[in-house]
Amino acid sequence: MMTSDSWKNSARRWVGSLLLALVLPAALANPEAVRLDRAPIDPSDMASLQRGAQHFMNYCLTCHSAQFARFDLLQRLGLTEGQVKKNLILTDAKIADYMTVALKPKDAKNWFGVPPPDLSVEARVRGANWLYTYLRSFYRDEHRDSGWNNLVFRGVAMPNVLWELQGEQVLQPAEGAKPGELHGGKLVLAKPGKLAPKEYDQFVADLVNYMVFMAEPARQTRFHIGYGVMIFLAIAFVITRALKKEYWKDVH
Amino acid sequence: MKTAERLLGWIDARFPLTTVWREHLSEYYAPKNFNFWYYFGSLAMLVLVIQIVTGIFLTMNYKPDARFAFASVEYIMRDVDYGWLIRYMHSTGASMFFVVVYLHMMRGLLYGSYQKPRELIWILGMAIYLCLMAEAFFGYLLPWGQMSYWGAQVIVSLIDAISPPVALWVRGDYVIADATLNRFFAFHVIALPLVLALLVFLHIVALHQVGSNNPDGIEIKEKKDPQTGIPLDGIPFHPYYTVKDIMGVVGFLIVYFGIIFFSPEMGGYFLEENNFIPADPLKTPPHIAPVWYFTPFYAILRAIPQKQVGVIAMGVAVVIFFLLPWLDRGIVKSIRYRGTLYKTALGLFVAAFLVLGYMGTQDPNLWYVNPISRVCAVVYFGFFILMPLYSRLDKTKPVPERVTG
Amino acid sequence: MSEAQSDPGRRKFLVGATVVVGAAGVAAAATPFVLSMLPSARAKAAGAPVEVDISKVESGMMITQEWRGQPVWVINRTPEMLAQLAKNADLLRDPNSEDSSQPDYCKNINRATAKHPNLLVVVGICTHLGCSPVDKMKAGDSGGMGSDWPGGFFCPCHGSKYDMSGRVFKSMPAPLNLRIPPYTFMTDSRLLIGDDKKGA
Repeated sequence: MMTSDSWKNSARRWVGSLLLALVLPAALANPEAVRLDRAPIDPSDMASLQRGAQHFMNYCLTCHSAQFARFDLLQRLGLTEGQVKKNLILTDAKIADYMTVALKPKDAKNWFGVPPPDLSVEARVRGANWLYTYLRSFYRDEHRDSGWNNLVFRGVAMPNVLWELQGEQVLQPAEGAKPGELHGGKLVLAKPGKLAPKEYDQFVADLVNYMVFMAEPARQTRFHIGYGVMIFLAIAFVITRALKKEYWKDVH
Repeated sequence: MKTAERLLGWIDARFPLTTVWREHLSEYYAPKNFNFWYYFGSLAMLVLVIQIVTGIFLTMNYKPDARFAFASVEYIMRDVDYGWLIRYMHSTGASMFFVVVYLHMMRGLLYGSYQKPRELIWILGMAIYLCLMAEAFFGYLLPWGQMSYWGAQVIVSLIDAISPPVALWVRGDYVIADATLNRFFAFHVIALPLVLALLVFLHIVALHQVGSNNPDGIEIKEKKDPQTGIPLDGIPFHPYYTVKDIMGVVGFLIVYFGIIFFSPEMGGYFLEENNFIPADPLKTPPHIAPVWYFTPFYAILRAIPQKQVGVIAMGVAVVIFFLLPWLDRGIVKSIRYRGTLYKTALGLFVAAFLVLGYMGTQDPNLWYVNPISRVCAVVYFGFFILMPLYSRLDKTKPVPERVTG
Repeated sequence: MSEAQSDPGRRKFLVGATVVVGAAGVAAAATPFVLSMLPSARAKAAGAPVEVDISKVESGMMITQEWRGQPVWVINRTPEMLAQLAKNADLLRDPNSEDSSQPDYCKNINRATAKHPNLLVVVGICTHLGCSPVDKMKAGDSGGMGSDWPGGFFCPCHGSKYDMSGRVFKSMPAPLNLRIPPYTFMTDSRLLIGDDKKGA
């Protein structure tokens, strides 16, 4: 009993300190942290959301699952069941199935070192701006097994799966920077991809727009109902305040 | 009309309905000079009701099982009609409960509401506060996200610092695990709510026995109309304070629903980003901090370099509130008639509490976090420990005969 | 008591207004809670139409498919079974399915579509109290149903009997014939249960 306990403890401590070692430099180097770009997304733009959904199915859902969302969720983006089945379900999954992925966690661990995280609520973990900047900040790095590194997420296990579209970026160190110093470094497009930089930004924006929707499908409804509730409560406040004042005439 | 009267008569012969109505509402005389601070008692009751109702509906779809808990919360957020609204009402309600209760406690500090003869009201109120902290702690594990998991791990480790067998007994496993989740669920949804409801009832019974304090700290019962026996500065709770509290409720709901509909995460303070990652026993998030309402005490814990002492200091920081009625030797109740000494002490204490709360959310590796927390912890404890001294030495102002304003 | 005069009419109006607004508020607040108890999006998705491959259901065979958590039987009836149906008329409570529940295209003696009269698609839930009947499709005494048994189904809970079109016999506890769900044929060998509009 004690041995398993202490084993677990030491394992946890080990993993913890490893993680700390990974994170601490980034945390301490806080001023050097990459400025995040504002994601130009519009959650009411159905065309953008539909494109984003398409990108997600094509490029993300091959390795990452979105296991809390079902394909029928896509019908909320103004698509019919037939369109979803025809264009967005790329496997033999049914419309009522969850967006799982065939990749086994064990294989994933072998290939990438860590299993790719589930993306259902990733936009709530990271935020839209982080995702938008991250997906545009990959650069070539020969020191990494994957051949890729990322300015926003240093040493990330994920390769740049969008490189064909984006092209290949390289990191140009700032003038007079010491070797290995990233601060002030700039990403430069060394090899153009299929998309022009503007088009690629739009591509990522659509994708992020979709991921924000997927992370909280009720978001737009929430705002709509919210305005109604606020108006109702404002009226109620005016009335109850008048009522209170009327009664308190007796007191003052 | 006749039938209604007869029905009321029938009930009154069997249950003291009219008597209760009179004694606690229509002929319960409250001081007429309540100010803004006096809204928070009734609001705390409102939030309790909201939490119970939303909680009941959440349990209809939540699964207290380590394999399904996180997914069932996402199910509520996505698939249950208006599940997202009920969940946000509950998560925002938890934080708003503490906002309201802290303001309610602050009122007590400002106007000496804990002083004789209201010691028992204060003690019952503190018991409610403790119970609420436990309720919030148990509830926070239920979404089974990373912050839920590691927050619970850290807090239970505090027990571990005092007594490892007790920590093991609390968890029911060697780490926070399915067994822990299941029992925390039981505590959260039935055990503590029952205790809370009972304590709230007793709190109000005790209050109505002695009557409310007021911003002047004057006993209104000492000046009564010789004919009617009604306190001269008292007004019946109903209708005057019912209509006032209704207005307060609507004002509160504007803030509450504003948060729910437009910013339920409240910038990561009400719903934390890392809690959208399912619990992973092998991977601690880089920076963990408790939810904001615990951070003042958490900052005290971290500020003290020795583990056991830190835990004890944190416990004392909460429990010391119980002693307030006996630490305060002041001859006046209200801040309005206290002298510079008490006003300074209270001001420093409130500042220290807020700064501690902020420091508790910050990364302890930042150079200033622990040193500032230490200074604030000294101020925090100094407020209580020195109170018998400065409250007696304080140069108070004369208290008027009748309430002002 | 005060300089500002209270106004009983205004007071009455404001009390009324507060009551109305309060009642509306409580009703509005209660609505999401009530609605949250309806079948969730997941339950509805799980209750979506299901496709069944019927190419392997040979004559005289029956398969059971789950739809909305209920058993739906798909039975490929033999010509003898179909021939028997007309002879049962006098023994049945609702031989023409006047009171029973089925899509219009199944309101006939076969309780099946005109194109596939041999295929019976029926919800296998007794209309009495919701048990699932067992199949006694073979006519005669072999199933212990008596020598005059024309073939059909028997509910073990309270003894209701149905014929090979799911029609209930007279003087049984069950009031109605077995329910026929909406269905359609995607192809001759693929059946869609739960929807008769799509893909038809």
